[in-house]
Amino acid sequence: MKILTTRMEAHPSDSHTIERYVATDGYKAARKAILDMSPGECHEEVKASNIRGRGGAGFPCGVKWGFLPPDVRPRYLVINGDESEPGTFKDRQLLERDPHQVIEGIIISAYAIDCNQAFIYIRGEYPKPARRIEQALAEAYDAGYLGKNIFGSGFDLEVTLHLGGGAYICGEETALLNSLEGKRGEPRIKPPFPAVEGLYGKPTIVNNVETISNMPWIVTNGGAAYAAIGPEGSVGTRMFSLSGHVRKPGNYEIVMGMTFREFIEDYGGGVPGDRAVKCFIPGGASAPWFTGDQLDLPITIDDVGNAGSMLGSGAIVVMDETTNVVEAAHSIVSFFAHESCGQCTPCREGTSWLEMVLARILRGQGRPVDLELLLDVSDNIAPGLGWPPKMTTICPLGPSAVSPVTSILRHFRDEVEAMIPAGGPHG
Amino acid sequence: MGDPVKVTIDGTEHEVDGGTLLIQAAQDAGTYIPRFCWHKRMKPVGMCRMCLVEVDTGRGPMLTTSCTTPCSDGMVVDTKSDIVTKAQEGILEFLLINHPLDCPVCDRGGECPLQDQTMAYGPGESRFVEEKRHYEKPIDISELVLLDRERCILCARCTRFSDEISGDPLIEFQDRGNGTQVLTFPDEPFKSYFSGNTVQICPVGALTARPYRFRARPWDLEAVEATCPHCSVGCRINVQSSQNQVLRFLGVDNEPTNQGWLCDKGRFGFEYIGSPDRLTTPLVRGEGGELEETTWAAALQVVAQWLQDVIAEDGPDSVAGLGGARGTNEDAYAFGKLLRAVIGTNNLDAQLEDGLNPQFLAAATPRASIPDLDAAQTILLWGPDLKEELPVLYLRVRQAAQNGANLIVIHPRRTGLHDVATATVAYAPGRGPEILDRLRSGTGDLAAARKLLMGGGPIVGLIGRPGLTEDPMLAEAVAAFVRDLPDAKIMPLARRSNLFGALDMGLAPSLLPGRAAIASPEARSALAVEWATPIPEATGRDAAGIIAGLADGTLRSLFLFGADPIRDFPDQAAARAALEAANLVVAVDQFLTDSSRLADVVFPAEGFTEVEGTVTNLEGRVQKVARLVAGPGQSRPPWAIFEDIAAAVGSSLGAVSAASIHKEIAQVAPAYRGLSWEQLELGPGREGVIVPGETGEQPLRYVPVDIGIAPRAARLALHSARTLYDDGVHVRFSRSLAQLTAEPFAFVNPEDGARLGIAAGSLVRVTGSSGAADLEVQHDPGLAAGAVYVPFNLEETVGIGDGLDVKLEVIS
Repeated sequence: MKILTTRMEAHPSDSHTIERYVATDGYKAARKAILDMSPGECHEEVKASNIRGRGGAGFPCGVKWGFLPPDVRPRYLVINGDESEPGTFKDRQLLERDPHQVIEGIIISAYAIDCNQAFIYIRGEYPKPARRIEQALAEAYDAGYLGKNIFGSGFDLEVTLHLGGGAYICGEETALLNSLEGKRGEPRIKPPFPAVEGLYGKPTIVNNVETISNMPWIVTNGGAAYAAIGPEGSVGTRMFSLSGHVRKPGNYEIVMGMTFREFIEDYGGGVPGDRAVKCFIPGGASAPWFTGDQLDLPITIDDVGNAGSMLGSGAIVVMDETTNVVEAAHSIVSFFAHESCGQCTPCREGTSWLEMVLARILRGQGRPVDLELLLDVSDNIAPGLGWPPKMTTICPLGPSAVSPVTSILRHFRDEVEAMIPAGGPHG
Repeated sequence: MGDPVKVTIDGTEHEVDGGTLLIQAAQDAGTYIPRFCWHKRMKPVGMCRMCLVEVDTGRGPMLTTSCTTPCSDGMVVDTKSDIVTKAQEGILEFLLINHPLDCPVCDRGGECPLQDQTMAYGPGESRFVEEKRHYEKPIDISELVLLDRERCILCARCTRFSDEISGDPLIEFQDRGNGTQVLTFPDEPFKSYFSGNTVQICPVGALTARPYRFRARPWDLEAVEATCPHCSVGCRINVQSSQNQVLRFLGVDNEPTNQGWLCDKGRFGFEYIGSPDRLTTPLVRGEGGELEETTWAAALQVVAQWLQDVIAEDGPDSVAGLGGARGTNEDAYAFGKLLRAVIGTNNLDAQLEDGLNPQFLAAATPRASIPDLDAAQTILLWGPDLKEELPVLYLRVRQAAQNGANLIVIHPRRTGLHDVATATVAYAPGRGPEILDRLRSGTGDLAAARKLLMGGGPIVGLIGRPGLTEDPMLAEAVAAFVRDLPDAKIMPLARRSNLFGALDMGLAPSLLPGRAAIASPEARSALAVEWATPIPEATGRDAAGIIAGLADGTLRSLFLFGADPIRDFPDQAAARAALEAANLVVAVDQFLTDSSRLADVVFPAEGFTEVEGTVTNLEGRVQKVARLVAGPGQSRPPWAIFEDIAAAVGSSLGAVSAASIHKEIAQVAPAYRGLSWEQLELGPGREGVIVPGETGEQPLRYVPVDIGIAPRAARLALHSARTLYDDGVHVRFSRSLAQLTAEPFAFVNPEDGARLGIAAGSLVRVTGSSGAADLEVQHDPGLAAGAVYVPFNLEETVGIGDGLDVKLEVIS
């Protein structure tokens, strides 16, 4: 069963055009919502759908909308299209291939939360998705789906597109809001949460592109129908970006509940050369890794969470038995060190320190004490080294850099030790 | 603050105001939580993470920053748990891994929060064996401040100060992550009047100030609290010296005055104290016409002889005294007593440039205090540009406006407060009465301002002279309007440091010590009893009258006490002519100024940091100054010089020490009655005393009146006003500040420029009422149409005069 990718699969050449979108029942859900339903009814359907945010945190969307203080206007809706988590590329496809589905989702959501100004924040490295959205916005304005008095209902909605400047941290919702305001992309201290005090200090809902893209289906088919898809707690279909050592990397929309093994085999075509899976990341670079013997875990938010990691942004990265885990961990830690905003001492200093120690080990200059050092530095960023992490930082970026370090030291300690030269000047 | 809530900190329950930040509540309860980025005068950012504690609000203990956590009822806090201790130790280790640890050559070494907290909470040794971050060190970010990015721990105190407090965000974070650094914008230095505050609040030695760099180690410094001598705000400072050299002023957080902040003129304007140009011996004009060094006895003999002759020949009213606003109250009192009781004249004036009615300045009522600004609903500023003349008051008004007070600014130019003002009006000097009429009637561009003033109180009127060509009576007319508004108070503004103290000591023709009017027979007779001599009754001359009297020969002799009328009197040319015409000029000064250079006898005076005493700020708040170093050479406290002069003519002021004079003031001056020396001791929680306090009384309560001055129009009206760094004595002899003296320009509105064919960058001859100056033109869109702004008292602008009409001729 597919919800988000049906149109692009059926009409690969023109799924992004307004003609195709309208010809395939596009904007009917928005029309239905605005003309036949009250905002409260729309919100109820979304609540009933039990859809959880697809950006990474997995928070129930309808509940989040309910946090808006009732009497404060204006409110803003911000669509997070800053998809930057390494291994994640699903929103790109949704933006590029079905931009009107995103816009229709925005219209429905804005109507449901009584908001007249929405923003789409797309990462600067996504020029084509941005062009497609720009084009689609223009078409939607021309067709009267956006702007004043939509469908003659009296409901107004303006949508503004904004391109990021190339910082991972701007995918964190409060850093994104700062960036939208023209400030440095640095996460804010929560509380207050954006729903209470967000963009320009006003109540703001931040939703992921994929979450929003589900709204037309939910309004058309009802929240209950959506809630009935898939296992409890992980309802609906979900886009997964599969990469790494697989034959067929790519985005796959699936109903959750199947095992990682099934997903990697059936959708990804297995590992090239039929080599064994050494380990895999279940939900983006921030997530603690699983080993090959955890492949039979079901892909659900709760199963993965209970096993000490997260489904996160839906990026599954497979590493086969040829992988040098220290190199892999170093690559991810380098990414986070590079993307740290620099606000919090532990993240700014700690991620770079971890990176330097791993790099030194890779250069053959590791010391036996470095293993404990890596763990203790990690502990000073994410005390207890659990997941979800305790944090000495404002946002989870620092603790995310810890995930690969703890993963390799927990599961492949002997491999790390093997890279430390015995004796020598660094002994 | 909210209702009281109960918070348990380390097992002990405390009741605190709900919403108080946990870090503050803990500190008030005796538990210090370490911190770097938090500063109680700025918004919390929770960046350094040093103040992490475990907080349980019913959902289990969570690590959270106490600087960003408001106290709520039932909160249970652990500031010393294992996880907290480990986290804090971890933060310090992180902060140190890239810190250069160049403490031996760091100004901060010995008074460094990073050192101290490492000692208290940090790990004993480093586990970091990688290469540290490197930056060029240090780099100049302004003429005064240097930045060492290797030492910086990125706490954002400096950047927040510049943004939130001083309103000139010229430093900002650049780059991110491990490469994050504080920097100025390209080609834009950290040119702020308040930059020194960032040096003081920097928790490491990343920001250092050129005047203090490498001059001392903190443990070698002797320190004493005092009051800043550079303007009438009365900022509390800590004066620090080593080996009899004053090396540094630091701001002290006195809630009602400066809240810890200083302007850079106050902070760095200590250098003149140790200047090699200070006067060290008495000077007497010799036979050859040059000033020559002499002995105290010889100099005093010259003065005594001349005084006796001149009084015998022409009477005491041929003598006059100018100055007294740069010294202490005790100096001013002794100066006044010398002139009135020993010589017998009322020709005395501490005001040189403001020309405001001294009774208005000293006794306007109801008078506002600085904290009244915090509670004001609306503030009307019609007076000097506070950023240029009373900078720390500017910060306070800025803060009040940011916290929601309505601010109305009426001034000939765009001032530093325009960005936070609710309503602003720029007008050409001379047109003030029209503006006031429009404010009264609420017409045109004044409608918004009137609406705010009618919107309810409390209202505070900050009222002074916007410029030196403006009719001084305008300020009183404005004050008369404001004080009639409901729940309104006024704060008369004048810049010179202890002017309010000098006026309170009677250094004005119409005032006697303690805010008594000389016109009052009771006040005169009461003082006559105390002084055991009749108080002269003849109406005295004010500064303008003294200048005129000397020029026309009515007056023959002049005492200058810390006064440089050739630079400070609005009509500088007239002041020069007056001094040249005088038969005898006696100067008590620290430097040879344009004026004291023309004196016949010069006595070297000790001054600020060299004498103890009291001073009075623009609120009427009396605070102490203290002696920390000895003055150069044979210099002596001014009051002692006046006592010696009195003795030389066979009289006495009865002064044996500053404390003894203060005791006499507390007995003689009604507003200061009962004010004890001890009660003015400075220290934590000691805020000074606004007089008249509980023991004093104020015989004169001056009610400003609108005498209905007529607007004056000029084809081009001169706006003459001071900038912070003018060519005044204290700036000129403070090396670091002297280089910052404002560039001399003639500013015109661009529309006037276009209309008159005066391009920006062209050279014009500016001809005023007394003289001309050739200046480069700058276009200033914030200047009122029809006005030409020329900064007062720059070397190049001296002598233009204070007439309203000004003529511009393009030279090239």
